[in-house]
Amino acid sequence: MIVRIMGEGQYRVDDVVIERLNELDDALEEALADEAAFPAALSALLSAVRMEGEQLADDELVTSDVVLPSGDATVDEVRALLTDEGLIPD
Amino acid sequence: MGMWQRFTMIFKSKANKALDRAEDPRETLDYSYEKQLELLQKVRRGVADVATSRKRLELQIGQLDQQSAKLESQAKAALSQGREDLAREALTRRSALTVQLQDLHAQLAGLQDQEEKLTQASQRLQAKVESFRTKKETIKATYSAAEAQTKINEAFSGISEELGDVGLAIQRAEDKTQAMQARAGAIDELLASGALDDATGTTKDSITAELERMSSNSEVEDTLAAMKAEIGGGTASPAVEAAGAPAVEAPAPKPAQES
Repeated sequence: MIVRIMGEGQYRVDDVVIERLNELDDALEEALADEAAFPAALSALLSAVRMEGEQLADDELVTSDVVLPSGDATVDEVRALLTDEGLIPD
Repeated sequence: MGMWQRFTMIFKSKANKALDRAEDPRETLDYSYEKQLELLQKVRRGVADVATSRKRLELQIGQLDQQSAKLESQAKAALSQGREDLAREALTRRSALTVQLQDLHAQLAGLQDQEEKLTQASQRLQAKVESFRTKKETIKATYSAAEAQTKINEAFSGISEELGDVGLAIQRAEDKTQAMQARAGAIDELLASGALDDATGTTKDSITAELERMSSNSEVEDTLAAMKAEIGGGTASPAVEAAGAPAVEAPAPKPAQES
């Protein structure tokens, strides 16, 4: 699976770790409603991707299966990105 | 649906909109390539803008550091001459500067981070654009317009993601640089108005003026004392005490009475 961390690049992540990443993603989802918990939850997910994944070479042109916000994204920025298209009602 | 699936969907739909399509897909390749080069230029300008902001900030931090060191030495000088009030004033001004400096250092770290990320983004984009160019030439040489579609879609989806990502990064960098420039402008104005005291030393602030007045006073006293010691001998010590006395306006020893 190819994962892009925005502002950082793409990683190739083995399918076996996806379950763990999904758990971290669930935690992040919950943290969207909790500003205090958000940075740690985001950082946990991104760290797992960096640790488990292998960074793609710059010249590889591959589509990502998953796109994640950058590590310094605030909860407000992520909310704005998500609500921009009206997918999440306020 | 988990957060990342939603995030991914939204991101991709945005990224796909970034590339317009022409009737002949092979023409779209060239058009898209032009767009990619434009964005690459924009990212490079962005890197340069952030670097300019960073340098300006470093310069201001340097000025404020100098000012802070100057106030500290002024406080010491004032204290050694028994002017605690003056020392307190200098230290009060210095502590205001320290707060300002802490803030600027945090801003600087943010800008450095931004600059580094943008530089890397620029390198990544350049590599991907180059890849795209190679693919584009292969596709144009090998396939008819009708056949090319699948290959083109592959090349597009890879590059459009990068374009979308870099586009957002450059937008963030621009926002940040603009905010920084506004702040830097405000600090320049403060420096110019003398509210933070002038670090270039072209105009004298009140503490400097007072200390100079004091030191010229005590210089006079020291010279007087030295002269008296040469002439009369043994009268040097009261004169030295007078020079180090708390009050600036301490009366000089009266040579006439002592000799």
